[in-house]
Amino acid sequence: MSSHVTPTEKPGWGFSIGTVSLLVGAVALGALVIAANAADPMMAAHAWLFFFLTVGGLLVTGLWAGARNGRNPFDPAFYEDTIVKFGVAASMFWGIAGFLVGLIIALQLSFPGLFYFPELGWTNFGRLRPLHTSAVIFAFGGNVLIATSFYVVQRTCRTRLAGGMWPWFVFWGYNLFIVIAGTGYLLGVTQSKEYAEPEWYADLWLTIVWVAYLLVFLGTLWKRKEPHIYVANWFYLSFIVTIAMLHIVNNLSIPVTLTGSKSYQLFGGVQDALTQWWYGHNAVGFFLTTGFLAIMYYFIPKKVNRPVYSYRLSIVHFWSLIFIYIWAGPHHLHYTALPQWAQTLGMVFSIMLWMPSWGGMINGVMTLSGAWDKLRTDPVVRMMIVALAFYGMSTFEGPLMSVRAVNSLSHYTEWGIAHVHSGSMGWVGFISFGALYCLTPWLWKRKALFSTALVEWHFWLATLGILFYIVAMYVAGITEGFMWRAYNEFGFLEYSFIETVKAKHIMYIIRVTGGALYLIGALIMAYNLVRTALGHGEARDAEAVPAQGPAQSPALQPAE
Amino acid sequence: MSFMKRHETLERHSLLLTVGILVVVAIGGLVEIAPLFYLENTIEKVQGMRPYTPLELKGRNIYIREGCYTCHSQMVRPLRDEVERYGHYSLAAESMYDHPFQWGSKRTGPDLARVGNKYSDEWHLDHLIDPRSVVPDSIMPPYAFLVEKKLKFDGIEDDLKALRLAGVPYTDDMIANAKADLVVQASPNTDYDAEDALVARYEAIAERKGTLKISDYDRNPAEITEMDALIAYLQMTGTLVDFSTYEANDLNNRR
Repeated sequence: MSSHVTPTEKPGWGFSIGTVSLLVGAVALGALVIAANAADPMMAAHAWLFFFLTVGGLLVTGLWAGARNGRNPFDPAFYEDTIVKFGVAASMFWGIAGFLVGLIIALQLSFPGLFYFPELGWTNFGRLRPLHTSAVIFAFGGNVLIATSFYVVQRTCRTRLAGGMWPWFVFWGYNLFIVIAGTGYLLGVTQSKEYAEPEWYADLWLTIVWVAYLLVFLGTLWKRKEPHIYVANWFYLSFIVTIAMLHIVNNLSIPVTLTGSKSYQLFGGVQDALTQWWYGHNAVGFFLTTGFLAIMYYFIPKKVNRPVYSYRLSIVHFWSLIFIYIWAGPHHLHYTALPQWAQTLGMVFSIMLWMPSWGGMINGVMTLSGAWDKLRTDPVVRMMIVALAFYGMSTFEGPLMSVRAVNSLSHYTEWGIAHVHSGSMGWVGFISFGALYCLTPWLWKRKALFSTALVEWHFWLATLGILFYIVAMYVAGITEGFMWRAYNEFGFLEYSFIETVKAKHIMYIIRVTGGALYLIGALIMAYNLVRTALGHGEARDAEAVPAQGPAQSPALQPAE
Repeated sequence: MSFMKRHETLERHSLLLTVGILVVVAIGGLVEIAPLFYLENTIEKVQGMRPYTPLELKGRNIYIREGCYTCHSQMVRPLRDEVERYGHYSLAAESMYDHPFQWGSKRTGPDLARVGNKYSDEWHLDHLIDPRSVVPDSIMPPYAFLVEKKLKFDGIEDDLKALRLAGVPYTDDMIANAKADLVVQASPNTDYDAEDALVARYEAIAERKGTLKISDYDRNPAEITEMDALIAYLQMTGTLVDFSTYEANDLNNRR
C-alpha cells in the first residue's frame, strides 16, 4: 500500500538515524560500564545483553544506512509499511511463545510429578507464570498494538509515520524490553508486582521507548492531511498516554545500587497495594481494552466496508470509558486491609463501567448492519465479532465480580483465571487474530489469505479451546470457593485446603486441553500467514488487489 | 447537538485531545490513592511491628524472586471461614514495612499471612525440598536447590539503606551490624552476646518481646543457605502484632 502522499518538506533523512544512534550508543556505553561493575550476576547478564544487542543494532543500522546510496529511506511519498510487517511477524512469534508457556504451566499444575524438575529451579511455576502473562500481554498484545497503531495512524492521517528512524527505535526498543523482562523472570529478577514485574532498569528503558512511541504517534497526527482525528486514534492515544502515567507511578522504586538488579518499591503496604491495582486494573483497561478497541474501530469497518455504527456513541463511550476505568482498581482488594471507602468507590465505578464497555461492543457489532451475511461467509469477520461477544461477556462479568458479596466467593479462586482468559483469549486474542488476518494480505499485497479453510479451522479450534478452558475454570473456581467456606454439621470447616486442591485436578486437565487447542489454532494461523506472505494458494495474483490509496479508505471519515 | 459540535475542537487539535485524556484519566487515581498517604486511620495503631531482620529480609527477597506470590496470598479477609482457617484477619499495619506488598491475588496454595510458627522448621525444610513428601496431593514446585545455594549478603547494608529511604525505620545501629545480625540469626549458640544485641536492637523498635527467632533453619550449621533465609521469613510472617492489645472494636479500627 505504498501509495503516494504529497511531500511537504525535505528533511535530512540522516538526522533521525543520527539521533537514534546517539541515544542507543549512550545506552550501550552505560550498559558496558554497568556490566564491568555489576553487583550481581543477573545484572551482569542483563548489562551484557543490553550492550551486545544495542551495539548489534548500531552496526546493522550503519550497514543499512550506508547501503542507501543517498536515497531517502523515509520518503514521505510512501507509507512506512515494513515496520508493520515486522510487527506482524513479532506478534505471531510472541503469541505462540506465550501460549506455549501457558500450556506448560497448566501442565505443571495438572501433573506436578512430571513437569517439575528439582534440579532446574528456574522452570518452576513461580518463574514461568510471569513469563506467560508478560509474553501474552506485553509481547504478543504489545506488538499487535504497536504494529496496528502504526498502520492505522498512517492510513487515517494520510501521511507517513513521523520521526524517520524513531518508529524503528520504538519497535526494536520495545522488543528489547520484552527480552530483558522475559530473561529476567527466568533468572529471578522481578519486583513481584503483577504485570509490572521487570526491575528498575528495564522500567527506565521502557519509559524512554514509550515516550518515543508517544512522540512518533503525536508527530504523525500533527502532520495529518485529514482535518479530523479518526476515532481509532483517540483510543490509541488514550492507551499510550495512560500506560505512560501508570507505568511511571507504579514502578517508582529505589535501586539498592545502580549496578545491581534489585530495587525496593518507594511505596509500601496498603499504599503500594492500591497503586499496584490501580495500575493492574488499568493495564487491562488501557492496554487490553482501549488499545484493542482502536483495532476494532479501524479493522471492522474496513473489513466489512461499512461506516462505524454511531459517531455519537463513540464519543460518549470513549470519554466515559477512560474516566470510569481508572477508578475500578480497588475491586481487586475487596475485604483486604484497604480502607472500605476505597473499596466501595472501586465497586461503584466498576458497576458503572458496564455501560461504556457495552457501548463499545454495540458500536462494533452494529457496524455490521447491512453486512450480516459476512458472519457466515468471512471467518475473519466472524472472529472479530466473536471477540466483541467475549468482550461483552467479560465486561458484564467484571462488574458482577466487583460486587463485594460476589467477590468474597470469586476472589483468590480459579474464577478469576476464567474471567481473565475469556477476556484475553476471547477478546484480545480474537480481535488481534482478526487484525493480523487483515493486515497480512494488505501489507504483502495479496489477493486473499492463503487458505480460508484454515481460518475456519483456527476459528473453531480456538473457540472450542476457550470454551474448554473457561468452563473448566468456572467450575473449578466456584467449587473451591464453596469448599473453602463449607462447614460441617458440628460447625467446623468441612475441608482442609489440600482437599480443595485435589478437587480441581480433572478441571486442570480439561484446561490443558483447551489451552492446547488454542495453541494449535495459533500454529495453523502462523502457517497460513506465512504462506499468504509468500503468495501461495488463494493469495496468488496480486494484480487483482484494488489499489488501497488513502483517498478510498472509508475509515477516514468520522462515522455518521 | 451543540455538545457534538464542541467535541470537534478536540478532534481537530491533537494536543488538546492528549491533555484532555490525561486530565480525565488522572482524576480517579488521585482521589483514591492520595488520601491513603494522609488519612490517619488508614493504618491501625498496633504494638509489635518492627522492620525485618537482615536474614528475614533476604528470605523475603527469595520469596519474591521465586514468585511465591503467584500462588500464595498474604491477606486474611475478615470472613468467618478465613479467620478460622488462617487466624486473625490481616491489618494494614502488618504490611506497613513491606516494599513491595505481598498480598497476592490467587490462592493456588493456602494463604501465608500467618504461616509463621504454625509448622516446625523441619516441616518447612522437608516441604520446600519436596512438597509431596509431606503433602502427597500438593501441586507445589520443589525448592530443593535452595539448600545448595549459599546465601549472598555482601551488600546487605545497602538493602537496609534503600529501605530506610523508602521510610522503613532502620537505625544506624541496625545498618552497621547488618552482616553480623544476619549470621547470628541462623547460627544459634555460637555468640550469645551477638544474639542478645540482635534481639535488643529489633525488640526496642517493636516494643514487644519474643518475635525474633534464632535458629539453624536448614539444619546445616556449616553454612548459611538461601533455605535458612526463606524459612526464617516464613516462620515470622504474621507473628509481629500483639493481638492481645489490639482493639478490633475501637471506632478507628472497625471494619
